Amino acid sequence: MSEAAPAGELRRTPLWSRHVAAGAKMVPFAGFDMPVVYSSILDEHRAVRTRAGMFDVSHMGELRLRGPAALELAQRLFTNDVAGTGLGRVRYGLVCVESGGVVDDVTLYRTGERELLLCVNASNIAADLAHVREVHAKSGLDCEIEDESEATGLLALQGPEALRIVARLAPADLKAPKRWHFARAELAGIPVLLSRTGYTGEDGYEIFAPAERTVALWDALREAGGDALALAGLGARDTLRTEMAYPLYGHELDLEHDPIEAGLERFVAYGRGFLGEDALRRHQTRGGPARRLVGLVLEGRQVARPGFRIETPAGDGVVTSGTFAPSVDAPIALGYVPAKFEPGANLAVEIRGKLAPCKVVATPFYQRA
Amino acid sequence: MADQDYKIPEDCHYTESDEWLREDGAVVRIGITDYAQSELNDIVFVELPERGTQLEAGRTFGVVESVKAVSDLVCPIAGEVVEIHSKLSEHPEWLNEDPYGRGWIIAISPEDIDELDGLLSAADYRAHVKARSGK
Repeated sequence: MSEAAPAGELRRTPLWSRHVAAGAKMVPFAGFDMPVVYSSILDEHRAVRTRAGMFDVSHMGELRLRGPAALELAQRLFTNDVAGTGLGRVRYGLVCVESGGVVDDVTLYRTGERELLLCVNASNIAADLAHVREVHAKSGLDCEIEDESEATGLLALQGPEALRIVARLAPADLKAPKRWHFARAELAGIPVLLSRTGYTGEDGYEIFAPAERTVALWDALREAGGDALALAGLGARDTLRTEMAYPLYGHELDLEHDPIEAGLERFVAYGRGFLGEDALRRHQTRGGPARRLVGLVLEGRQVARPGFRIETPAGDGVVTSGTFAPSVDAPIALGYVPAKFEPGANLAVEIRGKLAPCKVVATPFYQRA
Repeated sequence: MADQDYKIPEDCHYTESDEWLREDGAVVRIGITDYAQSELNDIVFVELPERGTQLEAGRTFGVVESVKAVSDLVCPIAGEVVEIHSKLSEHPEWLNEDPYGRGWIIAISPEDIDELDGLLSAADYRAHVKARSGK
């Protein structure tokens, strides 16, 4: 999945030269040279919310579990319900260590009777593989684990026009999969896995393709989309997901934070025997976690950044993500604070030595009309 | 965008931290360069000093905030802040759209106008941009 790059330098997705040709500003991300913006982060953000935007997310990882005990192994790893994920379905969940801390947040695809595909964060591919292999080795379960990341390209096409654009390239009889479902299809003759999922809050697809066909797929989608389709980079990807209060590993989630603190209880299916289950259950006996992830809207125009101190009457919290949100026309942030603060509470973020007032709000910050 | 040359007007002086300075009657007007606004991308906030602030050479006089990053604004010569472009609080995008014109940030009354000669010329600055960007 990488164009050849000299050892020790940044890796490239198959689309690298397309990004450079399109004038993208390239930045290092998870060891890859990735497009952060093509024109303007705010314009790309708005394009996704009003028309359609296309993201190259080929840097992400794909791990395949295959074998008689594939589902059983996956259930040991994954906080959400594996057995209840039927063929063609997609589920989001966390992979945890015994303390409940998060190894990664992943989407899980039931691609076969005894086969699952895990889509994982680019920054965690090696760590996830090591974790899966370790759990597998200890379990003695009959299951193969394959890293398909290099062989797989991934594009996200998101926005109100996304389905229509993809339909132009699909066979006439293709029924669009329902949300949180996927279908195997051919787009412009290219075999893909079409997943009705995304990280923006808009309708659309994440499209898995063989690495060597990803450029052709990108080109075909650009042509099919015409002026309705904007290229969108990691900058817009971040503002869009922050507006939805979706976590980003390394910010809201890491080994020191668990899914309950992060407000992801709905992706935890107790009683399945996943690693970390006992630790998460303990929150229930203690009346809940001591700290919780909240959404904040700031007064004024200054942006809160990760690591900034949140001042509360019950002690300090910390910002985990912050940006300017075009859809709310205000700076927003996510952060951990002592658990008692509900929407409406007035707090403050320290920005360059001064306290900027903010309010806890219900999330997501943005609601599709 | 890959082929675009950054605008670097001849009638300005420049700093290595990507500010431009231009004589405007008795004052010196200051802003950020086309290269700077391009690197910052969508600017959402500018923090301005108060009128009357005395700046020493090399002092930070404000902050430019974009969606992705924060950048200090540095004044390379000594002077008193006599004008601040307060409309930028409602129109931060002017810094992106017209960095040398409507995007001006402050104007100072310089202690010693000759200090401008110690700054980068347009040609020097172009080389400085090229060294960092390859363009």
